[in-house]
Amino acid sequence: MKSFATFGNELYTGERSYEFIGMRKIWFSIAGVAVLLSILLPVLSGGFNFGIEFRGGSQFTISEVSHTDVATGQKAVEEAAPGTAAVVTNIASNTMQVQTDKLSDDQTLKVKDALKTAYGVTEDHITSTFVGPTWGQDVSRQAVIGFLVFVLLATVLMALYFRTWRMSIAAIVGLLVVMVVTAGIYGASGFEVTPSAIIGFLTILSYSLYDTVVVFDKIRENTTDIDKSVRRTFAEEVNLAVNQTLVRSINTMMVAVLPVGSILFIGALLLGAGTLRDLSLALFIGIIVSTFSTIFVAAPLYAWLREHEPELVKQAKKVAQRRANEMVDAG
Amino acid sequence: MARTGPTSTARRTLLWLAAIIIACTLAVGGGVLAGAASWAPKLGLDLEGGTQMILAPKVEGAGSITAEQLDQAVSIIRQRVDGSGVSEAQISTEGGKNVVVSMPGKPSDEERNLIKASANMNFRPVIAATQVPSGAVPEADRTPEDKLPVPTAAPVNASDPNWVDAAVMKEFEATSCIKPLTERPTTSDPDKPLVSCEPDLGIKYILGPVEIPGKWIKDASYGLQSGAQGATTNVWSVNLTLEKPEGAQAFKEVTQRLYAKYQVNQNDPQAQFAIVLDDSVVSAPRSQAVITDGQSSITGNFTEASAKALADQLKFGSLPISFEIQSEVQISATLGLQQLEMGILAGLIGLGLVVIYSLFQYRALGFVTILSLVIAGVLTYLAIILLGWAENYRLSLAGVAGIIVAIGQTADSFIVYFERVRDELRDGRGLVAAVENGWARAKRTILASKAVNILASLVLYFVSVGSVKGFAFTLGLTAVADLIVVFMFTHPTLQVLARTKFFGEGHHFSGLDPKQLGAIPLYRGAGRFRTPEETLQVATGKNTRAAGEAERRQTIAERRLAAKEKEMAGTGGRSAAAAKSESSDDSKESN
Repeated sequence: MKSFATFGNELYTGERSYEFIGMRKIWFSIAGVAVLLSILLPVLSGGFNFGIEFRGGSQFTISEVSHTDVATGQKAVEEAAPGTAAVVTNIASNTMQVQTDKLSDDQTLKVKDALKTAYGVTEDHITSTFVGPTWGQDVSRQAVIGFLVFVLLATVLMALYFRTWRMSIAAIVGLLVVMVVTAGIYGASGFEVTPSAIIGFLTILSYSLYDTVVVFDKIRENTTDIDKSVRRTFAEEVNLAVNQTLVRSINTMMVAVLPVGSILFIGALLLGAGTLRDLSLALFIGIIVSTFSTIFVAAPLYAWLREHEPELVKQAKKVAQRRANEMVDAG
Repeated sequence: MARTGPTSTARRTLLWLAAIIIACTLAVGGGVLAGAASWAPKLGLDLEGGTQMILAPKVEGAGSITAEQLDQAVSIIRQRVDGSGVSEAQISTEGGKNVVVSMPGKPSDEERNLIKASANMNFRPVIAATQVPSGAVPEADRTPEDKLPVPTAAPVNASDPNWVDAAVMKEFEATSCIKPLTERPTTSDPDKPLVSCEPDLGIKYILGPVEIPGKWIKDASYGLQSGAQGATTNVWSVNLTLEKPEGAQAFKEVTQRLYAKYQVNQNDPQAQFAIVLDDSVVSAPRSQAVITDGQSSITGNFTEASAKALADQLKFGSLPISFEIQSEVQISATLGLQQLEMGILAGLIGLGLVVIYSLFQYRALGFVTILSLVIAGVLTYLAIILLGWAENYRLSLAGVAGIIVAIGQTADSFIVYFERVRDELRDGRGLVAAVENGWARAKRTILASKAVNILASLVLYFVSVGSVKGFAFTLGLTAVADLIVVFMFTHPTLQVLARTKFFGEGHHFSGLDPKQLGAIPLYRGAGRFRTPEETLQVATGKNTRAAGEAERRQTIAERRLAAKEKEMAGTGGRSAAAAKSESSDDSKESN
């Protein structure tokens, strides 16, 4: 694919350049709006749709059913455990899901038997789950602790590696944008928040920072001797670095999204709700948002955080001076 | 063929990788032959089918549970589950708060209650005991119906043999302490006698009613016993403190009665009191003194470990923990397998797409990616098998997802590397040099970014609960496998390939075709010459053209010198090149 390689070449040489840094006001505004919407939309649409793990209750999954009639399932539950409201859904081909309030052990067995008959399956095809209402909260509390510990350690790690805390700050802000926007999309679209989805979110943490570190490493390389250069200003060097790693960013996003996408596709199509689908959905959104966030938020933010440093201001003046001289030379 | 330099090092590294893989394969193969390992990964409950219960401990009264108490709770549950005959149950703590019990099949109501029940510790006096490890009395040798004991009077105290009636005697004879205890109840009436075993020794007992309930135990510790002169002896003892006044008072009465028997006959089983946990005898010390202050010291053939174990059990007895089932999942094996199949299918499709994409992007180099992914896969697989064997690691659905997700992140290391090599080629470097320089730079980036991945999986692993743990584990595992592959396979392979004609001459399909990458060679014949730096210059019109003109006028010797300088400055990065470019500007002026 000649054009893509050429595209990479032009980006590398600076012949073709996208204004990631120069137009940062626009990018920051877009990111700001996205964050705002991500907070507002789920609130407006009635908050997150929490899975049974958070609400508590009993759930039955019946696979390889003979038919997918919803009313049959509701009737079976009503007869086995009178007074229990059941939500029966056909979650995938040949798979039914029944969610009820918390049932006693005895009722669980009865409902299971009734469903077995109703959908013409054997014992092997019914999975029952009972979840206390605190289970999901436990998972999420631990996840929040994990998130905080990870962010703290990653900040320190990056500050040590890049020798500047500003890169850490920029990377973490980029990360937060990713988390909020991903959660927003998730919430706004009404997907169920399950512990698997939370795992997905936690993986985005890792992916998002990973992506940022790769781009920042190139930025660091390009700007190491910035004070000695009169060719480009700091912001321009950062922009060039982002452009030079753009092909990498796109390729990385692609190879990361392809397997996740295939889990999502297969998960949603053939399996219905479950670990695989919930996890891959969060990841799918998160990986794409992460790539954008590194380019449009983290890198410009880093340039903005640093370009006011006196040395860099002085260097920028030198660059302007040289350019003015060249214009004179050329003229 | 005498080869030196990077190629021979590369070959050696590749051989080492092969050696590692072969060694691991042989290890697994040996394990399989010995019957200890299996070629298939051990599957988690969600894939294999079974029941998983997550239990939250509840301490009676106020107070939260400590990690130590939780560990005790786990060992108690393990004893109960093992005792109830469920094999292969896994019991572990989670997040320093919950206990997770995973078992194949479905627990019966009794088993479920057993697991939930609070620990039941108490002291009962011994009425009768078999002195040697014993199984059930053979049917033929059992006491005939007419000779079964009939109580002659109402028992006067807990040690009274009148507690033993026909039913108790029959049960006693039928009980076997050698086989694992399966259907033995673990909650019994405290006011009735009990037939029990000391599982470690296989001794069988008839015990009297409970005299000291566990709640009276205030504390227990262990240590080396002090001798008469206060000097420490080599004898381990367990020290027991009972609540005052009830505990101490009751203990005084018990020890008075038992000590009297001990004085008459040191071997009288009735001089023993049994410490009973969940209706199994933990220990049955003899009463060698009357204890009036509730401070008792138990000695016996303790090792430090067994003394600690007993002290822990006694402490546990003083802390009645019961469990609340937080979540209980019964997974049908069919559903799990279906998910696993779909997961693997999704993984293969994902892998296929990545392969197509990388062939598209990197041409022949894509094959290096594919091979690298395959080797990373083999390493991950071997690691999972080995861990399954050594640590009983089980692959869960979340773990499978972790592996699939890792395909993308693994491929990314190669992208970072390949893009760096291409950058070097664009700078006009030869392929051999580009592979080396690109590696020097990519290596750092890969290490830094993988460090973030590994950090994330470590934090998730240690902080999180449930399925998050399995996921974090495989994610970390694949990150490590990726590092091994990129260092020991991808880089050396590229070093070797760089010397082949196909890649070295930049075949159109090699993915490293300098022309396609827009590389401007340092010397391209036909008198055209440009410095790599120029290509990076922001075009400023006439100036560039002038510089180009100046270079075109260079002599061959000048060009070669410049090329050499460039090669020397190779790793120096942009600043050195920039300096050189400045000087070419100068030369323009002197022309």
